[in-house]
Amino acid sequence: MLTVNLCGKTLKNPVICASGTFGYGSEYADMLDLSKLGGISSKGLTLVPKYGNEGQRLAETASGIINSIGLQNPGVEHFIAHELPDMLKMDTCILANLGGAGIEDYEKGAELLDATDVHMIELNISCPNVKAGGIAYGVKSESAKEVVSRVRKCTTKPLIVKLSPQAENLVDMALTCQDAGADGLSLVNTFTAMAIDLEKRKPIFNNVYAGLSGPAIKPIALRMVHQVCKAVQVPVVGLGGIASGRDALEFIMAGATAIQVGTANFIKPDITMDIITQMQQWCDKNGVKSLDEIRGIV
Amino acid sequence: MAITYQKALITANEQMTDTVFLLKAQWSAPTQPGQFFMLRTWDKAPLLSRPISVHNWENGIVEFLYEVRGTGTDLLSQAKAGDFIELTGALGKGFPVENISGKVAVVSGGIGIAPLYYVVRALVQKGCTVDFYCGFRDKPYGLEKFEALCSNVYLATDSGNYGVKGFVTDLLQPEGYDAVLTCGPEIMMEKIAHKAMAAGTAVYVSKESHMACGIGACLACTCKTKGGPKSVCKDGPVFKGEDIYADC
Repeated sequence: MLTVNLCGKTLKNPVICASGTFGYGSEYADMLDLSKLGGISSKGLTLVPKYGNEGQRLAETASGIINSIGLQNPGVEHFIAHELPDMLKMDTCILANLGGAGIEDYEKGAELLDATDVHMIELNISCPNVKAGGIAYGVKSESAKEVVSRVRKCTTKPLIVKLSPQAENLVDMALTCQDAGADGLSLVNTFTAMAIDLEKRKPIFNNVYAGLSGPAIKPIALRMVHQVCKAVQVPVVGLGGIASGRDALEFIMAGATAIQVGTANFIKPDITMDIITQMQQWCDKNGVKSLDEIRGIV
Repeated sequence: MAITYQKALITANEQMTDTVFLLKAQWSAPTQPGQFFMLRTWDKAPLLSRPISVHNWENGIVEFLYEVRGTGTDLLSQAKAGDFIELTGALGKGFPVENISGKVAVVSGGIGIAPLYYVVRALVQKGCTVDFYCGFRDKPYGLEKFEALCSNVYLATDSGNYGVKGFVTDLLQPEGYDAVLTCGPEIMMEKIAHKAMAAGTAVYVSKESHMACGIGACLACTCKTKGGPKSVCKDGPVFKGEDIYADC
């Protein structure tokens, strides 16, 4: 009943674990049956391995967290050789989340991933924690257009572009990515935020600003997903603070085809299983036989 | 060993000092000295569970000695026997007890005493001779159990009201020990590690870090080591001193 079609691929349910919160899946394997997930998006990958950011990388806020990880990852080639083979055995849809320090990096990364059995590529033009690449392409539609259209030429895999809420005009950004060849869109990535250490009289994070996620951003993320879904034809994957089946169904009613669960994985490692069950129960109770009946109803 | 996430019955939550508590809960799965758990006794706020090291694990009971520092530990301190606690664990790599033998110095600073009782117990059990060095701001806590197991207990306090006035780092002479194990403030552990390495004594440090997941997924607790970036939660929290303080 919860089965969804996302960019031509059938997902068992619409619940995907969001990039950066679920490692490469194996970290959670002891605690939940990964094959029951709709999908898993890998930690953000770059062509060249990255150590990530110096200094404190995490701060807790009211109903959320701020992170400044900085795309720490072993590089696309290491991922293909070591993490991806295990992920492909997890019997769920695997998305490779791809970032880049420049357009050529995105292109080479996409070419390498295209030659693998990964199911989809999620193009990250929205990481607020790296100076080069990342969000640099996610603010102005013109920059996004170039990176998306060039990556599009490098792969025949379903290409989902992950958008930043920091886009100057999010609906225009979504339409631009769609027209540049994106098969789908995922939104939103984290909101640029800040925290200050009073005693030290300094910002908590070395980069000063970092990315806010968690239930705190859910109402704004939902509004943004609603606006984008009204404007585009391609499927939208909604995310931002989802922590329950009801949260997830709100995004479906706002028009999302699937949803991602990120920060909530840190509340309870198997929260995705609860979310799937709660969605199912709500549908049963309300006589909903397919999510198509309620998708975009609002 | 598999990591599990489950609710556990709290059997006690005793107040040791104004700010330090000892929580005990039922936990039958094997738990190694130096490992930790993610703990929570609340629903969704605060958002994150709290990483707390294992103070002891014996007869199906896991013990956590913790200091109230903020919202999470304050909520933890309000839990009562008979309540349930959500535990994820046991997590990380603890002290390599199997590789340690002979005469061992165990050095704590403040609440850094927490993970050291279980390892002292394991070391004594395998025949090691253990000297315990501890530093506190003022009144010490939890020492009786160490006194029962260790050959010598050396105490330093900032106030000078108990033991020697000064730093525990000044008490330790690592020469003559086969290994040094330490947990406490970062600056203290660095000093202990440098002293031990200079003396050619093997040293193991138990690190603390902000973290979200506790299982190596979020990468918030990454630290630099001789072997590249490592997660405090998954590759640690116990590291060899030379891997962390390589420039010594």
